[in-house]
Amino acid sequence: MADLAISATLPKPRPVSGRFLASELLLIFGRRRNWAGMAVLAAMPVIVSVANKIDPPTGGGGEGPDFFSAITSNGLFVALAALSIELPLFLPLAVATIAGDSIAGEANLGTLRYLLSVPVHRTRMLVVKFTAIVIFAFAATLLVAGTGVLMGTVLFGGGDLTLLSGTQISFGEGLLRLFAVCVYLAVCLSAVGAIGLFVSTLTEQPIGATIAIMILTVGSFILDNIPQLDWLHPYLLVHNWLNFGDLLRDPVAWDGISTGLLSAGAYILVFVTAAWARFSARDVTS
Amino acid sequence: MTQLAVESSGLSKRFGRQFAVNGIDLAVPQGSVYGFLGPNGSGKTTTIRMLLGLIQPTAGSHRLLGEGMPVAAGRVLPKVGALVEGPAFHPYLSGRHNLARLDAADRWADPRSAARRVDAALDRVGLLAAATKRYRAYSLGMRQRLALAATLLTPRELLILDEPTNGLDPQGTREVRSLITTLAADGATVMLSTHLLSEVEQICTHVGVMHQGNLVAQASLRELQAGSVQGVQVLTDQPEPAQRVLRELGLTDVQISRDQVTATLGSLAPEKVVDALVHAGVPVRGFTVQAPDLEELFVSLTGKGFNING
Repeated sequence: MADLAISATLPKPRPVSGRFLASELLLIFGRRRNWAGMAVLAAMPVIVSVANKIDPPTGGGGEGPDFFSAITSNGLFVALAALSIELPLFLPLAVATIAGDSIAGEANLGTLRYLLSVPVHRTRMLVVKFTAIVIFAFAATLLVAGTGVLMGTVLFGGGDLTLLSGTQISFGEGLLRLFAVCVYLAVCLSAVGAIGLFVSTLTEQPIGATIAIMILTVGSFILDNIPQLDWLHPYLLVHNWLNFGDLLRDPVAWDGISTGLLSAGAYILVFVTAAWARFSARDVTS
Repeated sequence: MTQLAVESSGLSKRFGRQFAVNGIDLAVPQGSVYGFLGPNGSGKTTTIRMLLGLIQPTAGSHRLLGEGMPVAAGRVLPKVGALVEGPAFHPYLSGRHNLARLDAADRWADPRSAARRVDAALDRVGLLAAATKRYRAYSLGMRQRLALAATLLTPRELLILDEPTNGLDPQGTREVRSLITTLAADGATVMLSTHLLSEVEQICTHVGVMHQGNLVAQASLRELQAGSVQGVQVLTDQPEPAQRVLRELGLTDVQISRDQVTATLGSLAPEKVVDALVHAGVPVRGFTVQAPDLEELFVSLTGKGFNING
């Protein structure tokens, strides 16, 4: 009976609270180490644009969509070039750092035991942590693109631009397509984040988790470039990432985009579920 | 029957082949200050982690505030403040921001009063002046205080405190002990894990003793002391007549040494002994009734010394 009286005085929990997520974002975006990382991300479009201003390119080449030869023709291409430079290493590394930190970082500091005894339900913890990772993936991609657009239009101007398929579109539509590219890449990077969330539940060493994620990402880039393993390629994490160029054709080649989104979605589903299966039953001894 | 704030039956945890906690039946009455005593490595912290649902028991079950854990964790834990195995916070956040983060994670806490409650908690442990300092710049004592402040963010019915005075200077230790006494006086149950016998003697009403994963004794402090034997010590420069008087009074185990006589008191009132000594003309320089200290009690209870092993 006494218990009933006590429970009655306890305020009801809010079913959904954004405070924990807000606190999580404050932690990510308020941390100096992450500022440094974001500064590196933003530095690439600056370097690319300045270098091309000083010494304009003469011809194209290389894998994937080629934006470099077009950089001097329109500022938006700086953003696209910067995204394609940062896609193999810097962007996944940034996401891997945040994702590796998510659970392992709290375990390493010991703050995990205190959060869980607040109490934060373990499923809620994973939901909040993964949401923060996804938000960071979007922020990182938009940061690179935004800096690129800014530097590009300042140094090379805006105006109409010519798509990879040869069609002319307005600057406004160009911005819209660039935004679509960012969304596509952020979803792809969220798959890295999902793997990171899972790895982060396995260890108490955030750096170890980050390294493991990077080995997976870079490793799958390497496998994707070995022609003898072509049967494996469609299943690789990074195989569809460069499909973002399809958003710059007229009409948009949706096949590649939907395949990429489906693949990223499958990775997210599998690894978030794995993280939940692992974390919800784990003994927290840190 | 008294309600139990913490209750376990056969609670066990095995790591590999070794039982860290071996089938313990805790009974912490509501409103008590329960000293959870035991040497380092005796299974106290593992038990506390199980109580809070951080690790799953290998066997057994437990209830907190009358509700079964870990099923009721979401309902019960908001009413439980815990300090587990030392403080842990984000080093690059200030003390205030660290508390705000814990409060933000609490779905039961009212966001409108968050700032006020955080500062009140900091004030209560004497950290308000250092609220904006980064945690990494805190001394061990300040860190310990911050962890205590975290348990005070919302009103609690049960506090589970794992070595709360660890790392504190004598002044801080006194403050924390008086804080615990205040909290208990306000009606909270306090389960206090410690390896300091003096701490238990000063503030606890009940005691449970862990030894190598087993709960070897559990009782109220009064029961423990009532079950023990009191002795008297007489300081005098004429021990022989004193010895004779004590024997005549029926005291047993009378022993004499250079300038003092000791004996077991039995059921006799101590003032009768003094009266008899003075009437017999024994020059009494000092008279002490010796309640055995907790350490002796444990040896008598468990037959074991209070040493760290395994």
